Amino acid sequence: MEGGELPGLLVNEIGGICGILHSHVAFLRKHFYLITMKELLENRKHLSRKVQAIYLWWHKPVIDRELLQSLPNLKVIANSGVGMDHLDLKLVASFGVKMANAPRAVCSSTADAGMALLLASARRLVEVHHIAISSSMDYCEADILGVKVSGATLGIIGMGRIGYKIALRAKAFEMKILYHNRTQRKAQEEQAVGATYCEKIDSLLQQADFVMVAVSLTPQTRNLIGKRELELMKPTATLVNISRGAVVDQEALVMALQTGVIWAAALDVTYPEPLPRDHPLLKLKNVIITPHLGIKTDKTTYMITEEAVENILAALNGLPMPSEVLPS
Amino acid sequence: MAKEELPGVLILDIGGTQGVLENLAALLKKHFHLITMKEFLENKEEMSKKIQSVFVFECRPTIDRELLESLPNLKVIGNSGVGVDHLDLKMISSFGVKVTNTPHAVADPTADIGMALMLASARRLVEGCQIAVSPDTKHFAVDWLGVEVTRATLGIIGMGSIGYKVAQRARAFNMRILYHNRNRRRKEEEEAVGAHYCEKMEDLLQQSDFVMLIVNLTPETHRLIGKKELSLMKPTATLINISRGAVIDQDALVEALQSKVIRAAALDVTYPEPLPRDHPLLKLNNVIITPHIGTATVQAIHMMAEEAIANILAVLNGQPIPSEVFPK
Repeated sequence: MEGGELPGLLVNEIGGICGILHSHVAFLRKHFYLITMKELLENRKHLSRKVQAIYLWWHKPVIDRELLQSLPNLKVIANSGVGMDHLDLKLVASFGVKMANAPRAVCSSTADAGMALLLASARRLVEVHHIAISSSMDYCEADILGVKVSGATLGIIGMGRIGYKIALRAKAFEMKILYHNRTQRKAQEEQAVGATYCEKIDSLLQQADFVMVAVSLTPQTRNLIGKRELELMKPTATLVNISRGAVVDQEALVMALQTGVIWAAALDVTYPEPLPRDHPLLKLKNVIITPHLGIKTDKTTYMITEEAVENILAALNGLPMPSEVLPS
Repeated sequence: MAKEELPGVLILDIGGTQGVLENLAALLKKHFHLITMKEFLENKEEMSKKIQSVFVFECRPTIDRELLESLPNLKVIGNSGVGVDHLDLKMISSFGVKVTNTPHAVADPTADIGMALMLASARRLVEGCQIAVSPDTKHFAVDWLGVEVTRATLGIIGMGSIGYKVAQRARAFNMRILYHNRNRRRKEEEEAVGAHYCEKMEDLLQQSDFVMLIVNLTPETHRLIGKKELSLMKPTATLINISRGAVIDQDALVEALQSKVIRAAALDVTYPEPLPRDHPLLKLNNVIITPHIGTATVQAIHMMAEEAIANILAVLNGQPIPSEVFPK
């Protein structure tokens, strides 16, 4: 890049509740002149022209028409993470602004989290940890017995990059793998993980001991798992959700868990996040909920920022973007 | 066959916090005349002659000289589980009594627990669940991070059946696998899981992000991991123990965890089990403790009982014994 100013990158804030991680700032400043929302609002006249890119960290800053209208030189919005359901893709595109997500960076870490939740739920890890450290030492074998993972049947709903990485991991546990996806994967890909395609989701739901939801949130997948789907599942089955809370009908899930329609659930995502403190899901013994930790590792968060920067620089230099997202 | 004609098997109890599960008792009753310790003690003269075998479940009943002397027709002690460090093999052998264990039934579920603990610790699962349900939680902090499992280095100390199964699973997470063992495995076995042999345990300790203990407890492995070994580990490393509590110097471990010599520990086994309620390990927030659940699944408990029964019957019928354990 020629001498002179670095392109302006708008971020919500640095540090704090939902800001860019301090540990990423030095790397970002190598390529960009960082502008926070606060700075932008305090000095709109001067700074709004400088903003050429926005880096969304956990969906912030919120991208609305007003913001887009106020940034005449905005060329690209890069999202931290792969889900784009919080963005109005058509609106952004109508301003001639490109968008990118970070599909490569998130996969392994999210697949690891899916497996962590599956194993923790099956083996009642959280429950028995509390028994192990509680002041009372009385418990029966029955209180701590879990269910097997090795050799059990895993049904993956959504066999994209993340779903496939889950299949690779599950195969090593000698799990029988079924999957349901918009499109069937190539034969070699199926064989590599020993996965069987279920064209109908019903077939997967009826056979699986563990149902892992790894789809993107779209109008088609909203409430994908509702009363009907839960009732098709085995009463001994566990639902694991690492996609988006809104993919599961939460009321139906509460009902199903309370009445033993399914055995248990493990949720890294809910709607909203966090749930209201009096929500029934927080009180059920057969649920574990984690705070959307799918990508929350030191390495992966850094890789996400690297992937975002790659996309932004490509867009600003008029080159093809590694992970451009177009409106459907 | 009438109940009294079946060979007698002694168990501690049925049900309760110490006894054999009801459904296992039913399984035993198919092949044996089941005699509880209470029944035996109430009617020693009659019962002592009938007992040809003892089914040891979770180290109970305790096999001491007094018991062995009171059972003239005892031929075999069938242990449920693979570890026999709670049995005095020499003493038992001196009475002409055989000892059997259940190596096949334990391998998969124990390997699964090793992986479950590694993932739970790395991704701060227990802590995350607490945050998700805490009444004080208003938002999920974006700078709350765990450590990556994919592509990290796993050092396996003890590469027997269980260790090898852990290696198979870890490989699917693209982990770099080091191992230390009394004997080196065959080249094909190493290559199949991508494991590198570390003749010196020190080399493994210095390079690993996760150290997993999967040895038998013997005089040689007692306190295998002490102050010196812990200080060789990376400060970012996690220690996972699924072998026996006494393999680790627990005082040294507490010290190492408190002063951040290592990042965290996840222990399925301690010494004693359970730990006294005021033990420092129970209070550290970088420790996960589970109450020896390595084989605590509905399916594994059943398989172990079947494996023990098969071994006991083989001894009583003078057939080849699948898994006899000999004193050194």
